[in-house]
Amino acid sequence: MRRYIFSTDHKVIGIQYYLLALFSVFLGMALSVIMRFHLTYPEAKVRLFGMLWPDAAAGGIMTPELYLSLMTMHGTIMVFFVLTTAPQSGFGNYFIPLQLGAQDMAFPVLNMLSFWTTFVSLLVLLAAFFVEGGAPLAGWTAYPPLSAAGAIAGPGQGLGQTLWVLSIALFCAGSLMGAINFITTILDYRTKGMSLMRMPLTVWGWFVAALISLFAFAVLIVGGILLLLDREAGTSFFLPEGLRINDRLLPNQGGSPLLFQHLFWFFGHPEVYIVIVPGMGIVSTILSVFSRKPVFGYKAMVWALFSIGLLGFLVWGHHMFTSGISPYSAIGFSVLTLAIGTPSAIKTFNWLGTIWGGQIRLDLPMLWALGFLSLFVTGGITGLYLGQPALDSYFHDTYFVVGHFHLIMGVAAIFAIFAGTYYWYPKVTGRYLNETLGKIHFYITFLGVYGIFIPMHFAGLAGNPRRYADFAQFEFLKDLNLLHKFITHTAFTTTAVQFLFLFSLFWCLKRGRQAPENPWQATTLEWELPSPPPHHNFGPSPPEVHHGPYEYSVPGAARDFRMQTEPEP
Amino acid sequence: MLLPILILLVTIITAAGFITQRWWFPAPINEYASWFDSYFAINLILTGAIFIAAQLAFVWAILRFRNRGNPVRYSHGNNRLEIFWTIATLVLFVGAAFAGSRLWSDVHLSATPANALRVEVQGKQFAWNFRYAGVDGKFGRTKVQLINDAAGNPFGIDEADPAGNDDIMSSELRVPAGRPIELKMRSPDVLHNFFVRELRIKQDLVPGMEIPLRFRADKPGAYEIACSELCGLGHHQMRSVLVVLPPETFETWLKDKAAEK
Repeated sequence: MRRYIFSTDHKVIGIQYYLLALFSVFLGMALSVIMRFHLTYPEAKVRLFGMLWPDAAAGGIMTPELYLSLMTMHGTIMVFFVLTTAPQSGFGNYFIPLQLGAQDMAFPVLNMLSFWTTFVSLLVLLAAFFVEGGAPLAGWTAYPPLSAAGAIAGPGQGLGQTLWVLSIALFCAGSLMGAINFITTILDYRTKGMSLMRMPLTVWGWFVAALISLFAFAVLIVGGILLLLDREAGTSFFLPEGLRINDRLLPNQGGSPLLFQHLFWFFGHPEVYIVIVPGMGIVSTILSVFSRKPVFGYKAMVWALFSIGLLGFLVWGHHMFTSGISPYSAIGFSVLTLAIGTPSAIKTFNWLGTIWGGQIRLDLPMLWALGFLSLFVTGGITGLYLGQPALDSYFHDTYFVVGHFHLIMGVAAIFAIFAGTYYWYPKVTGRYLNETLGKIHFYITFLGVYGIFIPMHFAGLAGNPRRYADFAQFEFLKDLNLLHKFITHTAFTTTAVQFLFLFSLFWCLKRGRQAPENPWQATTLEWELPSPPPHHNFGPSPPEVHHGPYEYSVPGAARDFRMQTEPEP
Repeated sequence: MLLPILILLVTIITAAGFITQRWWFPAPINEYASWFDSYFAINLILTGAIFIAAQLAFVWAILRFRNRGNPVRYSHGNNRLEIFWTIATLVLFVGAAFAGSRLWSDVHLSATPANALRVEVQGKQFAWNFRYAGVDGKFGRTKVQLINDAAGNPFGIDEADPAGNDDIMSSELRVPAGRPIELKMRSPDVLHNFFVRELRIKQDLVPGMEIPLRFRADKPGAYEIACSELCGLGHHQMRSVLVVLPPETFETWLKDKAAEK
């Protein structure tokens, strides 16, 4: 019990976070498949739907409110419980102490508490499926007044929406605990010789993401609490005077719906960097290891991470170009937004510089890392359109945006998670993941995600609004049927392949090929330990670090890699 | 070896989609929409070049540097390169932001011409309503308490205000071609968004705010208005039509509507 459930061991907690994300990602993916099915075959009667939702899908045909509630839950589960949880809390917890040469995180009990808070947060969210009215339909962004006015605004806007807000507030609390723990550990628990500029870029990624979390979740929790008060205590933070919803007059006065959007996106934009920054660290490391070449421009990479983190807090307004904010501030937000393109481009150039002139080994982790590069560019450059208010005035809330953010913060981040999984699985379990299954998984997923999300850009070019439960009401949407059908079937195929991964993940625990201590011949500290590493890691004799983490193919050296603990010759 | 081929494949197919334009913007119906399209084309060329160059660079690097026992060039980077691409991308991206702001200013920072037709727009779960000032050119006072769809008073016009007596209501947005229009947009319940593809503009309706939107439509025809901000279970059916009429036809319609009163 103390060992595996209420454990304070950072490695157990890391695995707990990873498994929570694994459960969540399959649930979120199942919801998306059901949504795609409904969009493509709105008339089809599906007995399973009727069984799962006897009211909202009576006779097997889904109501619009059910569609919207699935969409809301899909977004919330994926953003919070998958993309925030796996790369940061999952990998970060497991590998920060290992890569720093520490025995554990700075606050092991707080660490345990942060996981269990997140776990309760997930349970509270899932409970929304089972209450009267069902899950909320206001989207993962939960804009008021829709989210603040209560059950009169629609089914799911009663208890379902309240549970949603509670869940998010709990998640914020858990993430804040995690962030404090990460920052303290990285600043104070580095082993002898591990100066800041000798840390692996993975650790820099987790550090910057923890800093962003600290400031971003602190604001979201405020937004969540105020929303909760508007809903349950009759306050008017987000509800203005003169509201009439569903023919009921509301007594509120003085609130502003836009205030919530500011609070939400002050968190929401940095959030996408919480998601992607740890992935950037993972990819930087893997590209270096599998090219047998030092990371190109290590210092520039660190500064680029900090620029992204800082600028990320100054651009939230680009989510609000069409919301009614001042047109002058839109121009300011636009300039700052496009400026983020620079550190992102710096990273891309340096990744290319890392593999350029190397000796590329296309092992599974490397395939995912290279896939990440391709997707990061493809998903990133469409930001150029969305960051300019005039162009965004067409694309806002169309499928163009859906395609954009799924590629960059959804799929690119997921590719980094897969890269990390294939890379570290031998360390965590002592065995490799299956090579053949891994290749099938990678290639179909790579083609699949392009096949799903590139066509969405074209739907967006044709003006297709997102968050529509069906496309039958508009003439101009009928022309897009073929496109949506293609997207849906590609999504089915891509989803199916993920079960290969799931199978491999558990099957290889016992049956996978045995891996040595340092299977990829990498240099960082975790590869000095047996697999899996023992409780308390390095124990009473912490390692001493003599140089940076990416010493590959050093001229004149006997081997093509030099462990961080190897003294200079 | 499969990976570079697949990257090449998705790059070609993606580029083909943007070149063939099978799924694309509808034809513009005014000068602004044409400017938008030209500016979009410039952005497309820019991002397209970056996209193709980057993907080809990945393909080339994987092919050229895959492990065949080739020697590794040991290097920790190059500061001059870092400075070069930092400045180059900063100039490029920030330059784009300033270039794009001209288009934005055109719609949102220009004064309303004196001859503009003013129309009030109300979005409500899940319908659009439009109000014209009538013969006196003045909108009558409204009260949210008086909203009554069944009685034909979706705006809640207050009968006590004589200015409201001749106000004209419509469920379609009818406008004369070629004349500047100023919409005043509001919502009594939740957020909505006014989007007409052919105009290339989009604006939220926010409870508690009255938000102006200016445009001119030159080409007569009917164009769909799609709500583009999630507003509840009927979001996908919140539809109306922008009907652009020759000016004479519009005047006739307005007179007929006034006569009905």
